[in-house]
Parts: sequence; C-alpha cells; structure tokens
Amino acid sequence: MPSLLALVVALPFAGFLLLSLGGARLPARAVGIIGVSSVAISAVLAVAVFVALAASGPAEVRFVDTVWTWIDVGPFAPAVAFSLDGLSAVMMLVVTLVGLLIHVYAAAYMRSDASYRRFFAYMNLFVGFMLVLVLADNLLLLYLGWEGVGLASYLLIGFWYQRPENGYAARKAFIVTRIGDTALAIGLFLLFWELGTVDIAQVITRADQLLVEGSAVANLSAALILAGAAGKSAQVPLHVWLPDAMAGPTPVSALIHAATMVTAGVYLIARLHPIFEAAPAVLVAVAIVGAVTLLLAALAALGQRDVKRVLAYSTISQLGYMVVALGAGAYAAAIAHLVTHAFFKALLFLSAGVVIASLRGEHDLWRMGGLRRVLHLPFWSFGIGAASLAAVPVVTAGFYSKELILWNVWVAEPGGAWLAAVLLAGTFLTALYAFRAFFLAFFGKLRDAPSPPPRGGLIAAPLVILAVLAIVGGLFETSAYFGGIELLTLTLGDSLPAAAHGVGADALALMIGASGLSLLGIAAAYLAYGPRVLPRRAGGYLPAAGRAAEAGFGFDAAYERIVVGPFRRLARGLRDEPVDLVYEAVARLLRAAHGVLAFTQRGRVRVYLAVLLLGSLAVLAYSVMA
Amino acid sequence: MTLGLPEVLTFASILFGVGAAGLLARRSLLFMLASIEVMFVAGGVAFVGVSASLGQADGQVVFFFVLAAAAAQVSVALALMLRFHAQSRTIDADRASSLRG
Repeated sequence: MPSLLALVVALPFAGFLLLSLGGARLPARAVGIIGVSSVAISAVLAVAVFVALAASGPAEVRFVDTVWTWIDVGPFAPAVAFSLDGLSAVMMLVVTLVGLLIHVYAAAYMRSDASYRRFFAYMNLFVGFMLVLVLADNLLLLYLGWEGVGLASYLLIGFWYQRPENGYAARKAFIVTRIGDTALAIGLFLLFWELGTVDIAQVITRADQLLVEGSAVANLSAALILAGAAGKSAQVPLHVWLPDAMAGPTPVSALIHAATMVTAGVYLIARLHPIFEAAPAVLVAVAIVGAVTLLLAALAALGQRDVKRVLAYSTISQLGYMVVALGAGAYAAAIAHLVTHAFFKALLFLSAGVVIASLRGEHDLWRMGGLRRVLHLPFWSFGIGAASLAAVPVVTAGFYSKELILWNVWVAEPGGAWLAAVLLAGTFLTALYAFRAFFLAFFGKLRDAPSPPPRGGLIAAPLVILAVLAIVGGLFETSAYFGGIELLTLTLGDSLPAAAHGVGADALALMIGASGLSLLGIAAAYLAYGPRVLPRRAGGYLPAAGRAAEAGFGFDAAYERIVVGPFRRLARGLRDEPVDLVYEAVARLLRAAHGVLAFTQRGRVRVYLAVLLLGSLAVLAYSVMA
Repeated sequence: MTLGLPEVLTFASILFGVGAAGLLARRSLLFMLASIEVMFVAGGVAFVGVSASLGQADGQVVFFFVLAAAAAQVSVALALMLRFHAQSRTIDADRASSLRG
C-alpha cells in the first residue's frame, strides 16, 4: 500500500505532462477527461492509502515511500520520498478530494475558454506540487513543493495574461510570497545546520532533544519559518497578494483558497510545531500575527464591493483563525478549521463563479441584487457557505471547528482570554460581512436580467456535495455536547497533540456567546443590507471608513510608498549604468589626450621642418645666453 | 679687405638661412632638395673657414665627407621623389600628408 503514495503524487504531474505535451489538436473533451481523471484517480488512490494506514492500526503510524535518492553527499542524502502520517493524510485527503470537486466544476465552467488545455495543465500542476508539499518526507522536498505551488499559482493568477493587470497581480503574488519563501529557506538552512538532517521525522525528534528552549537558534529558525508561512498563508503584513490573486479564473480562486496554497503555511507550522514549542516567544508572535490578520481582514472584507474580494479577505481572516490556534498551541484545532474552511470556502467561490458568469463577468455587489429568484442553486449554496463561514450554531461545519479553536485558545497560556476575545469579535464581523455579501447579491430588487447561468451536472454536483459538506463536514471532531466525536484526533494519531474539548460552565458560556455573536452579526447584516433597506444606500455606511476598508487599510499604498516606489526609482537610476560613468570618464580622458597629440601630427613636412628649426634655434639661443 | 673668420662664418650663416628659408617656403620637392644642398654647402663653408683660420686641414677633409654624404642623400631623395611622383602625379610636399594624425 505505501507504494501507492508515489502514484498519488505522480498522477497529477502525469496529467500536466500529457496536457502540456499533448498538442493543440487535443479535443476539448479529451482535455477535460485527462485533467479531471488524473486528479480523480489520485483521489481514489489517496483514499485507498488512507484506509490502509487507518487499518494498519496504531502500531504503524507512518507510511514511507522512497522513490529514489535525490542527492547523496555523505551524511546529507535527501530522497524523493513521501511519507504519510495522520497530519499529512488529512491534508492529502483535503487536497485531492476538494481539488477533485473544483476540477469537475472547472471542466464545465472553463469549457468555452480558448486556453482550456493550458488551464487544466496548470491546475494539475498545482495539485501535484501541493501533494509534494504535504507528503514530502524531508524539508528539501517540502520546499520543492512549496516553490512549485508558488509557480503554479503565478501561472494561474495570470492565466488571462492578455490583460496587463492580471499579469501584475500574478507577479505581485509571486514576489510577495517569495519574500516569505526566502525567509523560509534561510530558516530551513538554519535547522539543517543545527540539527544535521532534513528528514522531517528526524528534525522533529532532534528538535525535542537538541533545541534549547528559548535559545537564539530556536527563536530565529522559528521566526523565519513563521515569515515563510505568513507569506504563503497570507498573514499580515504579507497578505497583500491574496486579494489581487482574484484576477485568476474563479475555479483557480477556489483552488488557491480552499484546497491548496494558502493552507501550506498552516500545515508547515503544524508540521514543525516542536520547533515553535522550543521558541515560546515566537509562538506568541504567531498568535499575535493571526489575531491582527483576523481582525484587519474581517474589517477590510466589510468594505469590499467586489464579491470575490470579499471572499478573498474572508480567506485571509479565516487563515488568521487558524494561525491564532497554532499560536495557542492548538494545532489539531487549526487543522480542523482548515478542513471545514476548505469545504465552505470552495463552495462560496464556486457559487460566486456561477453568479459572476450569469452576470457576464460582473463582480460588483452593488450592481447585483434579487438573484434569489433566478439563480436558485447558487442562492442556496452561497447561503449555506455563508452560514458555515459565519459559524451558524449547530447546523454548520464552521461552527464546530471554530468552537474547537475558541475553547483551545481560551485555555491556552499566556493571553488566552485576550485571543479568545479577538476570536469572538471576529465571529461577529465574519457573520456581518458574509451575510452582507449574501443579502446584497441575492435579495432586494433584480437589477438586470441575468443571462442563463452555467448549468449541468458538472456544475451542480460539486456545489451540492460541498454544500452538504459545509453542513455536516464539521462532525469529525465535536465536544461532549455534540456527541463527543473524535475522528480527527484518531486520524492525527500522535502526529499532533490532541485538541482539548471544553466541558463545563466556561465551555457552555463561550459556545453560547460565540453562537449569539454569530447570529447577531447576521441580524446586523439583515438590518443594514437586507431587502427592507430600500433604496440601498449607494455608498454604504460610514463612507470614509468604507473607503479605507475597501483599500485594505492602505497596506498596498504603504508598500507602494515605502518599497515599490523607491525600488522603481532606484531601478530607473541604475538603468543607465551609473558605474559605467567612471569607465566612460577614463575613455573620454584618453580621447582628449589623443586629440592634443594628434594635433601636432599635421602630416606636412614643411611644418615639421619649421618646428625642427625653431627648436634648434631655441636650443642654440639658450646655450648662447647661458 | 681681408676675409677673416667672422666674415666667413657670417657668410655661412646667411647661406644656411637662405637654404632654410627656401626649404620652408618652397612646396616643390625638387626645390626643397636644392635648398637642402645650399644648407649642406653652408655647413661646408663653415668647416673650411674654421680649418683655414686654425691652419689645419681636418675641416677641409670633413668637407669631402659632407659632399659625399650630400651626394648619397640626394640620390636616395631623388629616388623617393620619383616614386612619390609616380604615385600621386605631383611633387608638392604638402600633398604628402597622408600620415596626418
């Protein structure tokens, strides 16, 4: 069974190769079949391997499949090897299964695009590199997947490259995440230098033994890994690439936001958590970064007009939830939210895709409205996704994972209560912005008649499946009040510390408080943006604050002023090679000296003679005088 | 009136000056060669004059060497001049300026 692991990773790459080398004459139907089936078979195999792992019992907690030795230099011999334990199994299943649903949807959604083949080639590449990332046995291979995901996201964000701003968005995503990647690379070098291995299992055991808690090396490497995770997982201040990443086609947004890419940072921190535990100060920084991101992005989401940008900021904010949980040491809770978030965020994006397609590319929420009556399936699916995002109590998946995070953060030390307060504020804001978008798009007066939306089973099936998952997909890890299911704990095994479950007055109070805030947020959204508010206030509320929020609180402007502008000026200055001025001065000096000397060489014999005579006379006169 | 050394040397200087002036003023290579001959002779006159006043024959011997050198020089110079004329159909010295810097 472990040998299937390499196949799980290889199939999407095979799909990529087949599609990219298959030639332009490949019919669209074949493209769709190759693109979807490569991920589908990979998903089936992933489930099979997972079942085998689960069935092999607690004795065998890890499958390793070594394909070949990559580099062999003395003791440093990283292999191209994939390993499966509880944590990577959860990630593998999310990547392949949610990725598969998005591929099925995209097969219909992108059918009319001229570059259908290129699209699926990139999508398969994306899934393949993400699988390399989560299944890598050593940090070097993990880093390969990490960079590969960045490459694939660049290709997909800039998929419609004919428009310059899409290319700009793609470059922005690549460069901003590259800042984090560089930090991560240095962090990994530091770990190798300190621990002498890149094998993840060995790194973890040696980190427990060798890393002195609070030592400079532990703090530095943890901080650098945090920077890498912040880049990929769009945490403040490296979150600016993600809203612009909306330039890509909608299924790409779903793939980046739900199954791949942004979850990589969360996975990395969870995977290397012993290093963070050796650096408690950095773990506090992780929590603070997550909390700031959560609030900032939730507020920014409130000011967006573009439905996809609302969802983008919501992703940043939800990743903030996960990072707060990581910072509080509740790794399993973060992974639980990663899974439910993958369900409902993919659902939201795919629903938004249908809405946007039926409005002929309209993204602006203020120009939507009343779609409830014409787009029945997206209405329901977006509503369920928004409810799950807002963590509507008991009936949604988001509720269970957020409750898990909330309790684990509440009991964490230090500052658990403060972080929990941030989470509660975030719950209210999340419900508010999620249902703001929902009411604006689907309620009120119908603006203009939408064209027929993309239909068919390939569009509907993923929406229905994800809608079901967004409702019941959280029932894998619940507290004692909801049956005490501990499937996630069971799956994760000893790859991560188990999440705590709250029982007692505190837990009930937190849960009821969070539920109340969620419902309150929905009620506030109804009052402010609901169908009864007619005519709609054109500029929204608090126009100044709204504009600030829409601009993402000036992060882009600040980067433009502090980094991009000066860099561009420097580049413009350097374009004319200022160093060359020195060498050009030497050349100019030589040319001037040549001019002087050449002037004396007139080529006229009589001039030479005159000079000769005058010289002789001068010498003669001088000797006579002396 | 006797011819003393000062008179001879003055005459030689004037002769040399005439030759030099001709050399600078003339553009024709033929006349330039003639002017050079005049300058040679001016040098010779100075030698002869000095040797006569010192009562020694050395200077007059040197004059023969000067004449021999002048003859050799003229033969080389005439050959060059013919070659130049064959190439550029002129003997104007100012036209021979292709080595201008």
